[in-house]
Amino acid sequence: MSVDTATVKKIASLARIAITDEEVAKIAPELDNILGWIEQLGEVDTSSVEPMTAVIANHLRLRDDVVTDGGKRDAVLANAPQAEHGFFTVPKVIE
Amino acid sequence: MTDITDLGVRELRDGIRAGTFSAREVADSFIVAVSKAKQLNAFLVETPDHAIAAAKEADAARAAGETLKPLAGVPIGMKDLFCTKGVQSAAASHILEGFKPEYESTVSQKLWDAGAGMLGKLNMDQFAMGSSNETSYFGNVISPWRRADGGNAPLAPGGSSGGSSASIAARLCPAATGTDTGGSIRQPAAFTGIAGIKPTYGRCSRWGIIAFASSLDQAGPMARDVRDCAIMLETMSGFDAKDSTSLQLDVPKWEAGLNASLAGKRIGIPKEYRVDGMPAEIEALWQQGIDWVKDAGAEVVEVSLPHTKYALPAYYIIAPAEASSNLARYDGVRYGLRDLPEGANLQEMYAATRAAGFGAEVKRRILIGTYVLSAGFYDAYYTQAQKVRTLIAQDFDRAWETCDLLLTPTAPSAAFALGEKSADPIAMYLNDVFTVPSSLAGLPAMSVPGGLDKAGLPLGLQVIGKALDEQGVLDACLAIEERAGFRARPEAWW
Repeated sequence: MSVDTATVKKIASLARIAITDEEVAKIAPELDNILGWIEQLGEVDTSSVEPMTAVIANHLRLRDDVVTDGGKRDAVLANAPQAEHGFFTVPKVIE
Repeated sequence: MTDITDLGVRELRDGIRAGTFSAREVADSFIVAVSKAKQLNAFLVETPDHAIAAAKEADAARAAGETLKPLAGVPIGMKDLFCTKGVQSAAASHILEGFKPEYESTVSQKLWDAGAGMLGKLNMDQFAMGSSNETSYFGNVISPWRRADGGNAPLAPGGSSGGSSASIAARLCPAATGTDTGGSIRQPAAFTGIAGIKPTYGRCSRWGIIAFASSLDQAGPMARDVRDCAIMLETMSGFDAKDSTSLQLDVPKWEAGLNASLAGKRIGIPKEYRVDGMPAEIEALWQQGIDWVKDAGAEVVEVSLPHTKYALPAYYIIAPAEASSNLARYDGVRYGLRDLPEGANLQEMYAATRAAGFGAEVKRRILIGTYVLSAGFYDAYYTQAQKVRTLIAQDFDRAWETCDLLLTPTAPSAAFALGEKSADPIAMYLNDVFTVPSSLAGLPAMSVPGGLDKAGLPLGLQVIGKALDEQGVLDACLAIEERAGFRARPEAWW
């Protein structure tokens, strides 16, 4: 297995991180090296092992189905880079 | 008269209660120490007003004859990963620069409710990703320690809680919060000659802690000694309905329960932790630790944790996978940085914002996480890693059949120089070889100073316990602490 530049561009696009060709050229061998090191996990026989779902046995709690919070529009918007008329604003999505 | 900044949490708490000094004097002493130590770059934001307000409250309560709160007037440092209302909480990143939460994390709120005050927000590796504090957007933290070779090479304070470790070692605060995902409390504690405990996963609420890898992240205290960690941990722990993985259990009285006798305890020495290339001084300290716990009455047994070598590769799948999911929230819409190039559409805005806002190590981990979770690779990487994680947890379960606690070194080396490992990500990852397995299994684990190496730098010993046995971990560390008699401290050059 090797991570080539096309793969790096694809995963960067999936991760929504803009990346230059120079960065791709630098990152591809790094990721290849790290993933090559990780590959050793394949040696372990896990055919009869269940994947871990919780490190400490715990059960999911249920609470009453009632409203517990809300009415905090201004607090929610307080850190937005751009907010107008009580909404988050983004570049136009639909023409 | 002892300098107030030389005192620990217990001495400050008890001194304020007894009226030996006022809480205001305590706050002022630490505020001055912080303001003089800019060269260490340990604090990202200083909050003297917060510390003074807590001090005034403590002094007023004492004057009125009221019973003082558990940490009344004790000023502490807060890792920048904790959201603090109205005070920048950036996880030492550019993408959250300027983010002032409208709410308070559960753990920090518990500390304020107990009467503690905040000296400021502590520098760290960006989003807690790093082992040397070199990934902060706001610059490296410089360890107050220097090698005895006269070279004055700036050393790493460890990471990711490097601002916490450096500021405690330099006597800028008596205690601080840390968080530990794969060793981020224990390794920096070892590098700076202080104590730090990661409790059982679920003891401390994760609510309001900026998420890195949610199945591993756990808060814990860092302080100069074991007792101070016990005091802090009692306040920081406890059930929180706002965290679905919070354990619904009473918080034990760890401080009152401290007992340095290890009679009847069996302490396991995992043979797989004797890694190739481990410095002889670490080996010697480990043997010294074995002798100390025997002297305290423990029986020492060899145990095997056969899947140890797979812990790091499993961790470097699971942690980046969870990080890539958690960090998807930074989109330039709801909080933090927005980079909107001229004419960019929504998708281009996301990509530009994240490219500008995340540092190199954070991007590297998001990309690894995205890769291992992507279609066609999920089972080979992520599912396999979670299965190996089960095997690692089973290794510990099997060890507990023949012992009660485990004793290991905390890190495979003393503090390295800044820049020494930053070019090779895997060399940096290997620094967490002894701390990651217990993180994967959710177990309580603590680092306590054991001694100094030839260069005069601190080395730590780690005790790992069964789930929920923080008391056993604290007790064994106390036994080691009493015998190690570690008094070394960095000479102030800052």
